[in-house]
Amino acid sequence: MKSVDASGAVALKGMDTQDGARRLTARRASLSRLWRLKWGLTAAAVLLLIVASAVLAPWLAPYNPLTVDIQHRLGPPAWMEGGAPKHLLGTDQVGRDLLSRMIYGGRVSLAVGVAAVLISASIGVLTGLGAGYFGARTDWIIMTLVNVMLTFPFVLLALAVIAVLGPSLVNMIIVLGIADWPLYVRVIRAETLSIRERDFVVAGRALGMSHLRIIFRQIFPNLVSVIVVIATLQVARVIILESFLSFLGLGVQPPTPAWGNMLGEGRVYMLNSWWIAAFPGLAIFVTTLAINLMGNALRDWLDPHMKL
Amino acid sequence: MRGYVARQLVQLVVVIIGISVLAFAILHVIGDPVLLLLPQNAGKEEYARYHTLLGLDKPLYVQYWKFASRAIQGDFGKSWYTDTPAFRLVLERMPPTIYLTLAGLVVALLIALPLGILAALKRHSFVDNLCTMVAVAGQAMPIFWLGIMLIIIFAVQLRALPASGYGTWQHFLMPAFTLGAFLAPLTMRLVRSGVIEIMNMEYIKTARAKGVAERMVVIKHAFRNACIPVITVLGLQFGQLLGGAIVTETVFAWPGVATLTVESIRNQDFPVVQCAVVLLALVIVSVNFIVDMIVGLIDPRIRVGA
Repeated sequence: MKSVDASGAVALKGMDTQDGARRLTARRASLSRLWRLKWGLTAAAVLLLIVASAVLAPWLAPYNPLTVDIQHRLGPPAWMEGGAPKHLLGTDQVGRDLLSRMIYGGRVSLAVGVAAVLISASIGVLTGLGAGYFGARTDWIIMTLVNVMLTFPFVLLALAVIAVLGPSLVNMIIVLGIADWPLYVRVIRAETLSIRERDFVVAGRALGMSHLRIIFRQIFPNLVSVIVVIATLQVARVIILESFLSFLGLGVQPPTPAWGNMLGEGRVYMLNSWWIAAFPGLAIFVTTLAINLMGNALRDWLDPHMKL
Repeated sequence: MRGYVARQLVQLVVVIIGISVLAFAILHVIGDPVLLLLPQNAGKEEYARYHTLLGLDKPLYVQYWKFASRAIQGDFGKSWYTDTPAFRLVLERMPPTIYLTLAGLVVALLIALPLGILAALKRHSFVDNLCTMVAVAGQAMPIFWLGIMLIIIFAVQLRALPASGYGTWQHFLMPAFTLGAFLAPLTMRLVRSGVIEIMNMEYIKTARAKGVAERMVVIKHAFRNACIPVITVLGLQFGQLLGGAIVTETVFAWPGVATLTVESIRNQDFPVVQCAVVLLALVIVSVNFIVDMIVGLIDPRIRVGA
């Protein structure tokens, strides 16, 4: 009796700790999800601030971003020795106010990011739906194209196309929009494949609905949250790429301020004036970080089971 | 295994053809080689003369066939700028790019493997959250900015490392770290999810039940199997890694293919750009193929599946 009692107690105790451990992990998991949501909200607030300052640039910027003041060139930030309080982040190689240029520079990055993502998401979603829904040869052609494009480094493709088209804001939007679509196709195709077999789609087909109606009225609404999450995360990627192209001088042309070309110009002066290159890069980093954090939180909020 | 190899080979050929079409289309369909070659004030007759001279009056498929059949023999035409064969120019610049890529890969693994395993074993702990946070921040980091910040700190302020160039091991440190930082976040997340998935498997329980030390369970049973998805995805990410190498090269004036490509784009030297694009893509495709073969050898399930 005694031994049975003991072993029973041991077993119970063992189960208890195991159960407790599982509960602890579950609690920690939901805690860390909550934590991510909190970070996501903070990130959204930061992003809102960045967007607002870009939109309201003419009213917020202390100076005209193009006004040259050669006497006060290469002025350090206000808190450093030799810095003047009227130029908070210092001045660049021809004496333009760095803070004003940063505020205006955000316009290019955000506009390119959003416009390019709208293009790539449209192409990617349409082809993904087509590949997943129709299957067979359509699927094979689209997926081969996608695989070819995914093999290609995105940067290399963008570089080559810009080289032929010539650098400009519109060309950059087109290139980034066209280069980025294959990423959507894989996810959208896989989702479409599984939704296509669900009862409501089969019923729709039995009722004689047209393919277009099934695709856009029955399948598409189920994909909206996935699309929103990918598109959000892609904006960050496109912004980094846009700034890299501008950094190389293949994007928005000076003197128009863009974070990328400011960084590229500032690189020449980094020996003595690090701030010209440092601050625009910091702006890119903070913006993309905020977008990524928001995207992750959005994923948790819309669909915790989403695997992206 | 034979069927698997055949399938992969067919796919390889299709992708290579696709890439050559893409490289051809970029210059001949999107752009106009004559406009790029001639000065802006050239007359209409001059334009027409070059148009026929370059064979652009022929149908596109004839032009493509000419381009592709010469490209197979390594003939991408002469550089418009230096008048040397484009193929030789690109090939000369290939080794530094490959060394940089490998060095970046090593750095990424050195960061990602220990942190990924640690994060997986201490799931949802402070360490895990910290690792995730660093990974998210790392993914948002524009690496060309990271490179410039490293130069400002280590080359300009501390004068500890050379700011740019190529040759000694000191030249490798900053570029390799920059590139490694680009790849490490994604790799770390892969390692983490791979290890988490495997630690829940039955055979791990079996190993524990028969009294294998926890350290051995992790190293011998879990880690080895977690390697498969990591190798696969790293292989597929090789294109991205090379893309990162392109960015890194331009920051550190590394004498590789990417620097050459960017120079050639500035000089409007299209044969070199075309050649570089095709060769880099070939490297990527071959690496993907080799990775597929290795994974097929390690894991028999992959050979059978689609």
